[in-house]
Amino acid sequence: MFDTDKIRKDFPILSREVNGKPLVYFDNAATSQTPKQVIDVIVDYYSNFNANIHRGVHTLSQEATDKYEAARHTIQKHFNAKHAHEIIYTAGTTNSINLVANGFASLLEKGDEIIVSALEHHSNIVPWQMLCEKTGAVLKVIPMNQNGELLMEEYDKLLNENTKLVFVNHISNALGTINPIKEIIDKAHKHGAAVLIDGAQSCPHIKPDVQALDVDFYVASAHKMCGPTGVGMLYGKEEWLNKLPPYQGGGEMIAEVSFEKTTYAGLPHKFEAGTPNICGGIAFGAAIDYMNTIGFETIANYEHELLEYATKKLLEIEGLKIYGTAKNKTSVVSFNLEGIHPYDVGTILDKMGIAVRTGHHCAQPIMDYFKIPGTIRASFAFYNTKQEIDALVEGVKKAQRMLS
Amino acid sequence: MTIQEIQNEIIEEFSMFEDWEERYQYMIDLGKSLPLIQEQYKTEDNIIKGCQSKVWVHAEMQDDKVVFTADSDAIITKGIIAILIRVFSKQHPKDIIAADTDFIDEIGLKEHLSPTRANGLVSMIKQLKMYAIAYQTQLS
Repeated sequence: MFDTDKIRKDFPILSREVNGKPLVYFDNAATSQTPKQVIDVIVDYYSNFNANIHRGVHTLSQEATDKYEAARHTIQKHFNAKHAHEIIYTAGTTNSINLVANGFASLLEKGDEIIVSALEHHSNIVPWQMLCEKTGAVLKVIPMNQNGELLMEEYDKLLNENTKLVFVNHISNALGTINPIKEIIDKAHKHGAAVLIDGAQSCPHIKPDVQALDVDFYVASAHKMCGPTGVGMLYGKEEWLNKLPPYQGGGEMIAEVSFEKTTYAGLPHKFEAGTPNICGGIAFGAAIDYMNTIGFETIANYEHELLEYATKKLLEIEGLKIYGTAKNKTSVVSFNLEGIHPYDVGTILDKMGIAVRTGHHCAQPIMDYFKIPGTIRASFAFYNTKQEIDALVEGVKKAQRMLS
Repeated sequence: MTIQEIQNEIIEEFSMFEDWEERYQYMIDLGKSLPLIQEQYKTEDNIIKGCQSKVWVHAEMQDDKVVFTADSDAIITKGIIAILIRVFSKQHPKDIIAADTDFIDEIGLKEHLSPTRANGLVSMIKQLKMYAIAYQTQLS
């Protein structure tokens, strides 16, 4: 039996009030909350281990380095990467994507093709558009249907010998669709194309196995999975990471420097210029440990229960329409009330202590597809409850009464 | 009435509301009732794009006063626009330039003018002032 009461006690923020009401936090797809097990690690780091890593001979530096590298191993094990040096610490998913896009600038030629999906976040569209501008490569888009599912037969038609890269999110942030990434990866590989999967939205719900997926690049952010903001990771197959040039120059990423020539350090340091987010990296590891203690299967099952309950309850409201009705979806409900702007509903819900996200969710192409200015998005985590969903439903009904 | 007098009047009106619901219901009603702008002025040129809601602003001079009309696709945003128009429209440009929006704090709507809100209102107020500056230049 899943004990939410016990789990909620791990999250200090969940006991606060907002606008005089108990907080109902349903903006988990934007950022997850942080358990005290992770907060303790952050406090412990600054209280006992704070030092710059890798180069110091003193004890503090040694201890901080050990913890930082141990966290890299935790991340490696979690994603089942073959080597720890295939895990690159970054500032987050967007940073990871830009690192790869920047690297490919030197590998692409005019006429090469890049495929993205219609379900992408702006952070997985814009860097590739910039890459296309730089290289003369062409951006192609896998379309979706009314349910928010990718049209795989259209994907087949887009693939050809010019396809060099395919970028798809594992789970859509705006609609919650879980994409068939294994099929996408295998098909791309048949044409010799590399694949990057954006795991920002999947990592809070699913434990991806990068070797089983045979994916070339997989990216994620710590703050979506109970860790701190400003840190994330790029998994890349060793051969690919060796092929890509460094992203930023600086300390940490070099082997030898003279004014005539600099040789770069090996993996992972080649991509980790400057002093990294040391505390963030260590806390990222702690967040992964925390989630694994609960168990991803348990999390997925419980969140699915929340999704089904919320979908059923919300659909009982007249004039409410849900966007994103894929068969395979995660605990995200994107919806609108007929004739009412999502911003207005979000404002009223906030007054009732309920945190949802409104707007286009950095996925304007999806909103354009549905011809709407945005949606109200409630996204659930394992520490949410059915009682909170009841509060949301009551809040939405009240907003509807006030606004229509 | 001067801008200050109108602001005081609005503060007094809002002081009668007992809770957020009454305050918001009032704004929603304001947003619903006002014909805020003529359709012909809802153009791309007059649009201020917030991340969340859109705002249209049109300005013209009548005698030596600036007349503003505006609109939004979100009704609460529109309600706040109605209040802003009541304060700033039909005023002399130099008074508009000099005026502040502190009264919004006092009527408990401060969060709507936060830049993170992305509803276009912060840009709208800037735009009202820009129009006033432009008209003031023409007058002097």
